[in-house]
Amino acid sequence: MARYALKRLVQMIPLLLAVSLIAFALIKLVPGDPAVVMGGSNATPAEIEAIRRNLGLDRPLHVQLFSFYAALFQGDLGRSLLLGQPVTEALLERAPVTLWIAFYSLVLTIVLGMATGIVAALRHNTIVDQLVSVFALLGVSIPNFWLGLMMIVLFSVHLGWLPTSGYADPLADPVGFLRTATMPAVALAMLQTGLLTRIVRSTMLDVLGQDYIRTARAKGLPEARVVLRHALANVMIPVITMIGLILSVLLSGSIIVETIFSVPGIGSLLGNAILRRDYPMIQGGLLFVAATLMLLNLVVDLLYAAFDPRVRVDR
Amino acid sequence: MSAADLAGRPGLLARLTPGPAVRRLLRNRAFVAGLLLFGTVAILALLAPWISPTDPNRMAVRFRFREPSWDFPFGTDNLGRNMVSRVLWGGRLSLEIGLWVVMLNAVFGVVLGAAAGYFRRLDGPLMRIADALMAFPAVLLAIGIAAALGPSVATVVIALSVVYVPRTARVLRASVMVVREQDYVQAARAAGAGDGRILFRHILPNCMAPLIVQLSFVFAYAILSEAVLSFLGLGAAPTTPSWGILIAEGRSYIREAAWLTVVPGVAIATTVLGLNLLGDGLRDVLDPRLKVDA
Repeated sequence: MARYALKRLVQMIPLLLAVSLIAFALIKLVPGDPAVVMGGSNATPAEIEAIRRNLGLDRPLHVQLFSFYAALFQGDLGRSLLLGQPVTEALLERAPVTLWIAFYSLVLTIVLGMATGIVAALRHNTIVDQLVSVFALLGVSIPNFWLGLMMIVLFSVHLGWLPTSGYADPLADPVGFLRTATMPAVALAMLQTGLLTRIVRSTMLDVLGQDYIRTARAKGLPEARVVLRHALANVMIPVITMIGLILSVLLSGSIIVETIFSVPGIGSLLGNAILRRDYPMIQGGLLFVAATLMLLNLVVDLLYAAFDPRVRVDR
Repeated sequence: MSAADLAGRPGLLARLTPGPAVRRLLRNRAFVAGLLLFGTVAILALLAPWISPTDPNRMAVRFRFREPSWDFPFGTDNLGRNMVSRVLWGGRLSLEIGLWVVMLNAVFGVVLGAAAGYFRRLDGPLMRIADALMAFPAVLLAIGIAAALGPSVATVVIALSVVYVPRTARVLRASVMVVREQDYVQAARAAGAGDGRILFRHILPNCMAPLIVQLSFVFAYAILSEAVLSFLGLGAAPTTPSWGILIAEGRSYIREAAWLTVVPGVAIATTVLGLNLLGDGLRDVLDPRLKVDA
């Protein structure tokens, strides 16, 4: 297992280098002089020069690249133009908020996706199955930020049940967290829930047709036991493999959903950085999220390998 | 022309008679439902210059914030602009962007995917680049590119193409690698056919099914992602109403005029739902191995 973990870690290094190179290249895509764009229309030539010097844009490209990597290896992603704060510090301050909401959303996705997928498979070709299919299709078709806005209209404006914005720490104020994070988490979860529902449904239908399920039923086991003890274990496999993808969509969706609900996480930080053209923050934020995702994917892979030893051999 | 006339001309009859794949598609409920939904939206958007009641940017302040009614079926916005016109024209822009992304995916996805799948020496470098681009979540990378390039329609098209081309190339590469090993390809090679002829005459025509399915989903993702980019202010200029911009504009008045947000959102959801159904139907008929639903 340790060897497999080490192998996966080593495999991550070139990908991480490539991803950081893309993040570095992003600022080079800015048309014209990035310092002028970042300074805005009211910036004086001295201010623009200061931005250029601070970001090292006045140096040759290879020197910029070398400095970028030298700083990166020390965890330095530059300084935010907007906040005047180191990018890494700003991201780390807000990361727990985004990760808590992503975790809450992940739990919702898995619970809802599995429940609806299993029910649809057990009620195959009935009205329940068709309703679940419609729900799943709507889930993958509705823009998450629009769903968030619609929930604000219904649950905050009309019913007054939930606040439109804000955030509470789940450890200090669990009820406050549920009140503030439920709408963003549901908005984020819908897309992947739809996808997971469809996958769980088709896997479950597949599993229910297997010989060992027929044997379990023939032994006289109650249906609940057949489903929960015998079928569910195999349905979990695609769910575990999908966790990486689900997290990827949840974290990228957080930019827009956090902006809508004014959640003080990485998403809204990046949303503001985009509006104000704070390129160091955009660059650092993208790299941070991509690296976090790679790390989370690695953890998921290792967990998967721990649960299913065949994976270690296959790869 | 009567059926008897047609029967006398077998070539034309064969061309006018739907093939087995088309017949199967037309019997597929998902495909037909998707075609109806997407077709309706596409036709309405296409006809926007002729069927819009007013110019989408024509202001009439005395009619501001009119709720949906017989006179204004989708209501009016804060400047009294007719939301029917704005949604129709918005659809035009959103679909146009989606179509551009699909076309660029079709060209570059095919070229890169075919090159990676057919020429083993190109496979490694091309796929490592694709891996690096795909390591970023799709929407996040699109946001990064669009933020760097600055807001415009071209930016959105470029950003979404950079994000989705590697995914399309991967799908095509996988198909090419399978077809490349088929006996008839080996036979063509043995008969002295060159790489170009083998690729374009024998391999690519047999990789079209997964490509078409992939492009239908790329279209859906492009519409959704365009809305996200426009909502964040990275899309077209605010004077050009895309659906994402309409939602962003409506957001400021969500308490007093929710319809400004509801209508463009429903338009996006309907279009994407139609495209997803189309994609599902195409996949079930053209490439049943990839079927998700049993």
